[in-house]
Amino acid sequence: MENNKKVFYILLIPVLLWLVFLIIVPHIELLVSSFKPNSGDGGFTLENYQAFFSDKIYWKTFINTTLYAIGVTLLSFAVSFPIAFYLTKVVSPKYASFLTLLLLIPLWIGELVTIYGWVTLLGDNGVINEFLKYIGVIDKPLHLLYNNISMTIGLLYMSMLFMIVPIMTTLESLDDSMIEAASDLGASKLTIFRRIIIPHSMPGIINGSIIVFMLVIGDYVAPNILGGKSSLWFTEQIYNQFLSTFNWSQGAAFGFLLLGISSATIWVALRLSGQKLDKVGE
Amino acid sequence: MIRSLPNSTGYKIGFRVFVTLFFIFLLLPLIAVSVLAFNDSSAITLPWKGFTLDWFFANTDDRVGLFKDEELLTSIWISIQTAFAMALLSTIIGTIASLLFDKFNFKGKGVLYFFAIAPLVIPGVILGISILLASTAVGGKIESIFGIDAEIFSPGFWLVVIGQFSFGATYAMLLVSARLKKFDPALEEAALSLKATGLQSIWYITIPFLKPAIIGAFVVTFLMSFSNFNTTIFLVGSDPTLPVDLYSRIKFSSTPVLNAVSFMIVLAVSTFAFINLIINRNKK
Repeated sequence: MENNKKVFYILLIPVLLWLVFLIIVPHIELLVSSFKPNSGDGGFTLENYQAFFSDKIYWKTFINTTLYAIGVTLLSFAVSFPIAFYLTKVVSPKYASFLTLLLLIPLWIGELVTIYGWVTLLGDNGVINEFLKYIGVIDKPLHLLYNNISMTIGLLYMSMLFMIVPIMTTLESLDDSMIEAASDLGASKLTIFRRIIIPHSMPGIINGSIIVFMLVIGDYVAPNILGGKSSLWFTEQIYNQFLSTFNWSQGAAFGFLLLGISSATIWVALRLSGQKLDKVGE
Repeated sequence: MIRSLPNSTGYKIGFRVFVTLFFIFLLLPLIAVSVLAFNDSSAITLPWKGFTLDWFFANTDDRVGLFKDEELLTSIWISIQTAFAMALLSTIIGTIASLLFDKFNFKGKGVLYFFAIAPLVIPGVILGISILLASTAVGGKIESIFGIDAEIFSPGFWLVVIGQFSFGATYAMLLVSARLKKFDPALEEAALSLKATGLQSIWYITIPFLKPAIIGAFVVTFLMSFSNFNTTIFLVGSDPTLPVDLYSRIKFSSTPVLNAVSFMIVLAVSTFAFINLIINRNKK
């Protein structure tokens, strides 16, 4: 098999076509476009990057989005870890597959529908406000929609599954008898979590964090639909440049900056944890 | 702590409350959106004004139901076609890539593999704009050299398919690779020693073994395509896919017909998921 040149080329050529024309060339084009002036069709300019640094709204949004995405990733971990632990180690295996399935359903339904679901829940006449009025807690509706909280809920909702599943995978490979042994030797719950469970599930936590961070920083639907006027998200700047003002070179520069910050953050996460990118997909 | 160890009541109850709240959080938007599809009101939210099927079947001046809304039905149909083409292409190339990386060692393999999994960590919006920029540049070159308007390079059905395929193939590859790891190479060696060619042994031995993963990859990439917005929005032409249509309606003109569409999607996905669960359970 190793020496079968014909098979090798039959497999290699389609893969090369895919990666060269749809991954490598487009990203080179993205970089090249970001140095083109928007007015003319030739030349080299730094004006697109200068615009980013000179206009406060751009770089401020950029920094805010990055910090916010890190925050949502941490929040996602805090919510997901107990759920992943419960589904793999606590609940009876009889229910585990059913509950895991429930978990996957929102992912398959898609972001637009689930975010729209949150609009119907959080609106002024939405389900939550009507319920609170009904039980007499409030008289006037609370403004739950179009602010940073509703945006955070949306971002958390659409991304947390990508944290839960990798953590579940690593927890499944942790032998229960390790926990039992520690417990028999008198370790407290906290010690068991800190010394056994968390270190063992670290690869899953890192994988999940990387995917969640990337999804959140690159998301448009949740910030745009659920966020308010003050919840500026950097992807919105890219959309505006491409779809409203048609300044593609400026949009390309923003895109490249987004790609840069997300790659850099992921690289740091991999470095700190000593993992390889190869393992992220598993 | 875990199943086999005694737990305090506080620990158990605390855990149960948290998990219950979590599942309410998970399912509430889906339930709300589905129930409100049957609300006899023009608002997408409460109050409840009685049961109606108007948002599915009506065709009056102020209410157009899902099954009478030509525009919506068209976008659903476009999404189905897009998802089918994208899933087919992704599954084929993804399977080929998984075979290539599994069976061969070659110079530059590491670099190539890096690019193959890069779409996992590239935001969808970046893939969308970079493919738009590249295809526009290529289309422009072709037009200036040959004087023909190469439509495949301008936003439209095929550009959406190609754009979604750029990351779909990655997921298909990973799903197929996971099963390929369990493959016993002795089976292929046996075929080869019986004078099968390399291609024959892949086609008759390896591919049938991979069949469940290939079907799984097709389903997963189909669903990814059907719900994709971030990449699609930049590549779509005059005919929107369902998520693009839903987005502009949520933004500018929400009526409960959106709930009707959502209800149908929730229903289809849950039915499919539960059939899947039952089949898997019976297998065990």
